[in-house]
Amino acid sequence: MTEVSVAKEDAVPEAGELVVLKSVNKHFGALHVLQDIDLTIARGEVVVVIGPSGSGKSTLCRTINRLETVDSGTIAIDGRPLPQEGKELARLRADVGMVFQSFNLFAHKTVLENVMLGQIKVRKADRKQAEEKARALLDRVGVATQADKYPAQLSGGQQQRVAIARALAMDPKVMLFDEPTSALDPEMINEVLEVMQQLARDGMTMIVVTHEMGFARSAANRVVFMADGRIVEEAAPDQFFSNPRSDRAKDFLSKILHH
Amino acid sequence: MFDFLEGYDVLGAFWTTVQLTLLAAVGSLVWGTLLAAMRVGPVPLMRGFGTVYVNIVRNIPLTVIILFTSLGLNNTLGISLGSSVIDTINFRLAVLGLVAYTSAFVCEALRSGINTVPVGQAEAARAIGLSFSQVLRLVVLPQAFRSSVGPLTNVLIALTKNTTVAAAIGVAEAATLMKTMVENEAQLIPISAVFALGFVILTLPTGLILGWVGKKVAVKR
Repeated sequence: MTEVSVAKEDAVPEAGELVVLKSVNKHFGALHVLQDIDLTIARGEVVVVIGPSGSGKSTLCRTINRLETVDSGTIAIDGRPLPQEGKELARLRADVGMVFQSFNLFAHKTVLENVMLGQIKVRKADRKQAEEKARALLDRVGVATQADKYPAQLSGGQQQRVAIARALAMDPKVMLFDEPTSALDPEMINEVLEVMQQLARDGMTMIVVTHEMGFARSAANRVVFMADGRIVEEAAPDQFFSNPRSDRAKDFLSKILHH
Repeated sequence: MFDFLEGYDVLGAFWTTVQLTLLAAVGSLVWGTLLAAMRVGPVPLMRGFGTVYVNIVRNIPLTVIILFTSLGLNNTLGISLGSSVIDTINFRLAVLGLVAYTSAFVCEALRSGINTVPVGQAEAARAIGLSFSQVLRLVVLPQAFRSSVGPLTNVLIALTKNTTVAAAIGVAEAATLMKTMVENEAQLIPISAVFALGFVILTLPTGLILGWVGKKVAVKR
């Protein structure tokens, strides 16, 4: 397991519910991928979602900015329920940063343009301001020198850090990470996790689907364990890893932690 | 040896061919892009329209379409496209017919290009708050165009040669002149060779240049 040695943010997050899911259900054909999911994420909280493959954790992450629709239940962000597809939804998505497993940087645009696009087209910032902010963000994630390259010329770790900068450029209220390190070479995982650690320390609200238990231990306020479309267990990371309550979680942890 | 060319404006005829080609190319690129946008869009009515349009138009012989613009639109419905000079009317009708026909092929070439753009590109674009039309205009279509340069080149070459069908409604392009010359001069083979060569001169560089462009603008993944 990758360990990133950063002091954990122990402070209790500010009050206020930012993301609220209520009895959310979703099917893919006959498969019931999300079963009565209730989850509330407070402002400033870092929630790590773990669980075996096919447990619905990625789907859960994608429903929060409605890249996946739900069959029933409600999802609200900052008090406002997710609207139908359209302008209203686009506005809401701008407030929800998303980082994908496969980076998904715009392949025909340079790194700098990737980080500027949303600012200019969605936030209506002028070019100069957008570029300044983009360069500052690229510097923050440590890829400032790559600004004029195309995504395909960067390593996976660099691409993912650019993707984080692209999401941050929208000043999101919450960031979703959908297995951000799963497509990376082992040696590049840390550089991405360090950026995420820094974000967590800066007080960003984060929902992170990951297999990085080290990150869960060191950066999460709460661990959500999913299996077979349900939230099986929710606990503080220390408690979850040292003393899981459910058999399913014990079984999962025994498979990944001791080898 | 080239006596048979005397008194005929071969270059002028090919110039008309070039004009037909360029105008129809621009028109069908615009209309074909709109059709492709409709076919991948979220509105069922537009998707349906795009699908029906493409499947009807690409299966009708071009000659029928071109004749319809003249006999149907002009003679029957009295549409003259803003001109009273018969040659100009016919030229414009021919462009219209070529655009209507070629755009169906442009649409399908582009749609295959859109399919080469990974779905994650559009998801990432939606995730930063771009609207559907912005996702299409800023992220998906620019990449789709780059990967459809090859298929679009084929469409353009076919279009260049298809302009000869405009002869059916009397547009004074290369094929019309060729027909006149073949009737007047007893030199079938040399005349055919000259016109064949003329088309090769138009289309060969198109293929070579666009082949180079296609490689140059290809999106690296």
